[in-house]
Amino acid sequence: MDFFWAFVVGGFICVLGQLLLDVAKLDAGHVMSTFVVLGCVLDGFDLYDNLLSFAGAGASVPITSFGHSLLHGAMEQADKHGFWGIALGMFQLTSAGIAAAILFGFLVSVFFKPRG
Amino acid sequence: MDSKFKKENYTDTAKTYYPKVPYVRNCLKAFFVGGFICLIGELLTKFYMQVFDMSQQEAGTPTVTTLILISAILTGLGIYDRIAQFAGAGSAVPVTGFANAVTSAALEYKSEGYVLGVGSNMFKLAGSVIVFGVTSAYIVGIIRYIFNQLIGG
Amino acid sequence: MAKLGKQSWTLNQRVYIQETGTSVGPKESRGPLGDSFDKSYDNLYCGEDNWEMAERKLLQDAIQITLEKAGLKQQHIDMFIAGDLLNQNVSANYTARDMDMSYLGMFGACSTSMETLAVASQLVDAGVADRILTAVCSHNATAERQFRFPTEYGNQKPATATSTATGAGCALVSREKSQIRIEGATIGKVVDFGATNAFDLGSAMVPAAYDTIKRHLSDFGRTPADYDLIVTGDLSSVGSPILKDMLRSDGINIDAVHKDCGNLLYNNDQGMLAGGSGTACSAIVTYSHLLDEMRKGTYKRILVTATGALMNPTLIRQKESIPAIAHSVVLVREEV
Repeated sequence: MDFFWAFVVGGFICVLGQLLLDVAKLDAGHVMSTFVVLGCVLDGFDLYDNLLSFAGAGASVPITSFGHSLLHGAMEQADKHGFWGIALGMFQLTSAGIAAAILFGFLVSVFFKPRG
Repeated sequence: MDSKFKKENYTDTAKTYYPKVPYVRNCLKAFFVGGFICLIGELLTKFYMQVFDMSQQEAGTPTVTTLILISAILTGLGIYDRIAQFAGAGSAVPVTGFANAVTSAALEYKSEGYVLGVGSNMFKLAGSVIVFGVTSAYIVGIIRYIFNQLIGG
Repeated sequence: MAKLGKQSWTLNQRVYIQETGTSVGPKESRGPLGDSFDKSYDNLYCGEDNWEMAERKLLQDAIQITLEKAGLKQQHIDMFIAGDLLNQNVSANYTARDMDMSYLGMFGACSTSMETLAVASQLVDAGVADRILTAVCSHNATAERQFRFPTEYGNQKPATATSTATGAGCALVSREKSQIRIEGATIGKVVDFGATNAFDLGSAMVPAAYDTIKRHLSDFGRTPADYDLIVTGDLSSVGSPILKDMLRSDGINIDAVHKDCGNLLYNNDQGMLAGGSGTACSAIVTYSHLLDEMRKGTYKRILVTATGALMNPTLIRQKESIPAIAHSVVLVREEV
């Protein structure tokens, strides 16, 4: 069942993105930025955690989860260290994703050429 | 000249010549490809939980890392953009889309060198995601923090 | 008189396209006109290290092939007039550094082919040059990189988007008699009807094509029936019907003689969306296929209207609209 909901919820979030592309005529960059803010706002209302436990990867793989993680990490550190924890925790949970994107992006650019 | 071709009406008239956007087909393609990528994510999570004895939370990191690696390689092989033309948001919305944005920019600017080419341009497309993500997290975070303090205290 | 009407030029002498040369990329060579090009590559790199060098290679090929076909060498040529899509016209400039002759770089975006041809014909007519090489080039990857996104980026393009053609077309203009004579030209003016969609350049350029074609027919005192073909550069499958309707609403019917180079260049299954575009598009189709058809007798008099969108990404992001321009050249078949 986990697999089913991961597929369905993830697919559904992508459909929302497709509507932004087709109806609102945004480009991929605008869609990604919008979704990251959306994930952040949803976590601000404590809604995204529920989606994560329900849909697993269906909620953690879309870029919305990046927004969630930014806020979540910030709030976690704010609980421990007060106001300045917000700055401290911002990249805590997203560090793996950003570091991986940079590293692998760089390595691929070393070993491959664009194909056009 | 027909008034519909006059300057003030032209852009609206031009839109009537556009081919119909296959909304339903596009949404279905996005749904299946996006869902499929998330399914792979779920499989990876389960794999890491099982084989490396991690919790759901802990398995998140290697899952995201693996997906990003796959996406970077597919971008390097020149396959990801073809998938994207087919799947639209189905490949842009998952974190793989973010990795593709970073990798494709890095690849493209390779001809300008690693420092001024790759390094400087890598976040040309994906930068907005980080900028807006962090900015909104700060704003929402500060609001939540104040809110929590007011309720708690 | 060389000036005709408001925006048109005729020639006092008989000026000809003595020879042409075309070199294209993989998709163009696999398209319906594949056999008419002089040279093609099966790879976008054209044997070079990066996209920009590949584009220059195509341009160099086209020039070389033209000279070979004409049995001439660089020392016989008086002038080189060329343009491309890249910032500062670098493909043309850097190719010109290997040409030991006067050089004029020109920019008209995708209208540069006819822009350079028209200017060359006038300079030869005026006698300031006996032989002029005009050439244009474009490359799908260099254009994507400069105008849109990195080539491997996964942005889903809408069906209205056109695809920049990879190739180069060169024409040798002189007074030496050949089967293809340049009868005259109409120099377009910039027309901006407020289009803002950079993924639909076809319809953005239609008002300019409309303006130039209408002006041309008026200046020359002609109707569409005087032409066997009125071909536009890259109005795409979106823009072509708009042009026909727009002219028809003014009583000018080009339906029977209209074609678009961008639509001729690719098959529907090549995934080129609304068709080809780019500086090379009109040049490679005209200098190979269309001239071949003229020599075979299919067309006697044609009007080639190359269309260009004059924006850049910075101004688009600053919410500016897309100004366009169209230049027309009349070509006629002569018996040799």
